[in-house]
Amino acid sequence: MGCDDKVDCGRRRLVLATATVGGVTGIVAAVPFVASMLPSERAKSAGAPVEVDISKLTPGQIITVEWRGKPVWIVNRTKEMLDSLKKVADKVSDPNSDKQMQPEYCKNETRSIKPEIFVAVGICTHLGCSPTDKFKTGAESGIDADWQGGFLCPCHGSTFDLAGRVYKNKPAPDNLEVPAHKYLSDSKIVIGIGQDGKAA
Amino acid sequence: MKAKLTALLGWVDARFPLTSSWKTHLAEYYTPKNFNFWYFFGSLAIFVLVLQVLTGIFLTMHYKPDASLNASGVPVAFASVEYIMRDVSWGWLIRYMHSTGASAFFLVIYLHMFRGLLYGSSRKPRELIWLVGMFIYLALMAEAFFGYLLPWGQMSFWGAQVIVNLFSTIPLIGPDLSLWLRGDFVVGDATLNRFFAFHVILVPLVLLGLVAVHVLALHAVGSNNPDGIEIKKNKDANGIPLDGIPFHPYYTVKDIVGVVVFLSAFSIILFFMPEFGGYFLESNNFYPADPLVTPPHIAPVWYFTPFYSMLRAVTINFFWIDAKFWGVVTMGAGTLILLFLPWLDRSPVKSIRYKGPIFKTAVAIFVICFLVLGYLGLLAPTPLRTLVSQICTVLYFAFFLLMPIYSKLDKCKPEPERLSG
Amino acid sequence: MRKLLFTLLLLPLSVLASGTELHLDKAPDRARDVAALQNGAKVFVNYCLNCHSASYMRYNRLRDIDLSEEQIRENLMFTADKVGELMKIAMRRDEAKIWFGKPPPDLTIIARARASEFGSGSDWLYTYLRSFYRDNTRPTGWNNLVFENVAMPHALWELQGQQVVGADHKLVLAKPGKLKPEEYDALVSDLVGYLQFMAEPIAETRKQLGVLVLVVLGVLLVFSYALKREYWKDVH
Repeated sequence: MGCDDKVDCGRRRLVLATATVGGVTGIVAAVPFVASMLPSERAKSAGAPVEVDISKLTPGQIITVEWRGKPVWIVNRTKEMLDSLKKVADKVSDPNSDKQMQPEYCKNETRSIKPEIFVAVGICTHLGCSPTDKFKTGAESGIDADWQGGFLCPCHGSTFDLAGRVYKNKPAPDNLEVPAHKYLSDSKIVIGIGQDGKAA
Repeated sequence: MKAKLTALLGWVDARFPLTSSWKTHLAEYYTPKNFNFWYFFGSLAIFVLVLQVLTGIFLTMHYKPDASLNASGVPVAFASVEYIMRDVSWGWLIRYMHSTGASAFFLVIYLHMFRGLLYGSSRKPRELIWLVGMFIYLALMAEAFFGYLLPWGQMSFWGAQVIVNLFSTIPLIGPDLSLWLRGDFVVGDATLNRFFAFHVILVPLVLLGLVAVHVLALHAVGSNNPDGIEIKKNKDANGIPLDGIPFHPYYTVKDIVGVVVFLSAFSIILFFMPEFGGYFLESNNFYPADPLVTPPHIAPVWYFTPFYSMLRAVTINFFWIDAKFWGVVTMGAGTLILLFLPWLDRSPVKSIRYKGPIFKTAVAIFVICFLVLGYLGLLAPTPLRTLVSQICTVLYFAFFLLMPIYSKLDKCKPEPERLSG
Repeated sequence: MRKLLFTLLLLPLSVLASGTELHLDKAPDRARDVAALQNGAKVFVNYCLNCHSASYMRYNRLRDIDLSEEQIRENLMFTADKVGELMKIAMRRDEAKIWFGKPPPDLTIIARARASEFGSGSDWLYTYLRSFYRDNTRPTGWNNLVFENVAMPHALWELQGQQVVGADHKLVLAKPGKLKPEEYDALVSDLVGYLQFMAEPIAETRKQLGVLVLVVLGVLLVFSYALKREYWKDVH
């Protein structure tokens, strides 16, 4: 745009400068309003890390605890259960856990810190239903003859193995999320804060 | 690019009066060029209204209108306000904006109304603007009253209790009426819930509608000015008033300065003295509502106190009905008498600039009485204070009721032909 | 004219304003003294938080007076497990009512509730906590000059000692306590400072932010005023 008249030119610059200062102030003033919709101190307190005692969790069993209003499973896997992970490796879509669905310290074969103790958020990565555990193997499971044990989402039939890895050609796109967690002692774990000290 | 935008504008204009509205209300709304300090308060009132609506929306996201007690034995509503003040990020800022904004709203509106009185803005042809404005003021009083219950503190509770009980003084239907208003035998959960509904939706809708009518009526007849003469009398060849300037950009840039100055004063209160010495946030309202204990001294918030004083000033029984009822009548009449202002002033001139000494004295006495009444309303009554408030109440009404007489008797100066600048 | 208006206005007001007076001692300002506030927090948790709750205050808010989560957990938390919890008490309200006649009030915002025309809430609390005296006509054995027939016994009496009402209604220390009078006053100052902090933890931040906001508005004022003058050149 041209700037022929001297007065007009100065005026245009002034309008622009004032609009900029006013606009920036306005945007900054909007921050408190937007921020007020973030989780409050109460929500943060309710969502604080949860301590779980796993001393009574015998092999082959699962317990569910609540963390941030979501079910978190803790499974004590038997030797057979762990062996099954290798057998299904070619049937699951992300066998090496390449997608960031677990903290760095759980990116391994068993998707866990200790091989037998598996911790996962019990929410299907498809549309948020909670899968049910199907630990019985073979035809008895009601799924198929060579089912190796795992989880089945009742909503749309996604299946997961015993490390929460999703089977190929199922609606769920990703493996189950492993939350940040760490061991306080052999029998106590905290969910919501990681081995690396990072909060979830 | 530019051609496309013009085409888009044309498309919209064929379906909605966008360009023409812009012209009618801003770019070609011709406004007297001699607006002074008093003319900031109209735009400021709209600004505060927007501020209150906006902060109010965000407060409703966290506030709970619930009078039941939580596990710590505190009413949920009261606790939710402290929750906003402490646990919600920036909640304290939003809440203080809303509480300071309530007082700011009344300050701005009182000054805006006083401007109308000074320059005769209510008189022909602007009677409807004044009437609608008065309805806005009444709606605002209702809005403030309903809103004041929501924090569910001691002052909230007892204030509502007293005001609702005013209705019970009305002969015959009174007691049933106040019971219906409360929805319970005391101010309780039902009252809190309905006041919440009135405060967040009913009255704001009415207010927004009335403000739209107020502005539309103003733009139909044109603004008055400190000289009280019509700029439309002197037009140039194109029909544009000689003493008029387009509202936009001249008054938009001027009003922006007004808004910034207002915001500075607003911020000083908000950030450095949000309670404003107990006048904006009363200390007793930091106790949760307790239906069994009345605070030792209850007074309404400052913007209601002039009328509260009138209520207390009436101490004599008339006919067979007792003083309490006449107090309520006096208080109601004190607000409603303002509605008649356009027809009470019989002076040949509108503006105080050209009015004579009688009118000026009357206005001075009126202002003093109004302020004294306001001040006394904050204090506990004593015989001396009651006497003073009685005198002030009489003078307040005399200002209006005698206006047709003294405004006619007054020696006015001649109005100029054109704006004096 | 305006001067006359003002004097006319102020004259009657000064006559009307007079009323009963309540004399309060000025509480020392501890708002920016973090060490004092920390000490006050300790006193509060040890002496007050058994009977009085502070049920809008979260323990981890004490980070605003520079206490770490570790310090809070180690030194100040006796009844809660998580630092994010509210300062609640185990005492039940209905039982408290039987013991004291009425449940002890929540203290979170007491410093705001106690403000009056006679002084700030801090002033009231500072005076109140130093005005207990022995009164055997009361069921608790204690009374208070500022709060007549108060239900609370003197919780800090071991520290202050026992006062009695002497001649001309002044309090005299009859039996000294563990602390010297100056030490006791300092302790109460810290406690009151903490109560003031707890009533509005954001207060200091609020004031700092206020200065910033005013500076920004000042800049905005310069620009908008320049713009107004630029346009109004056309009119004048």
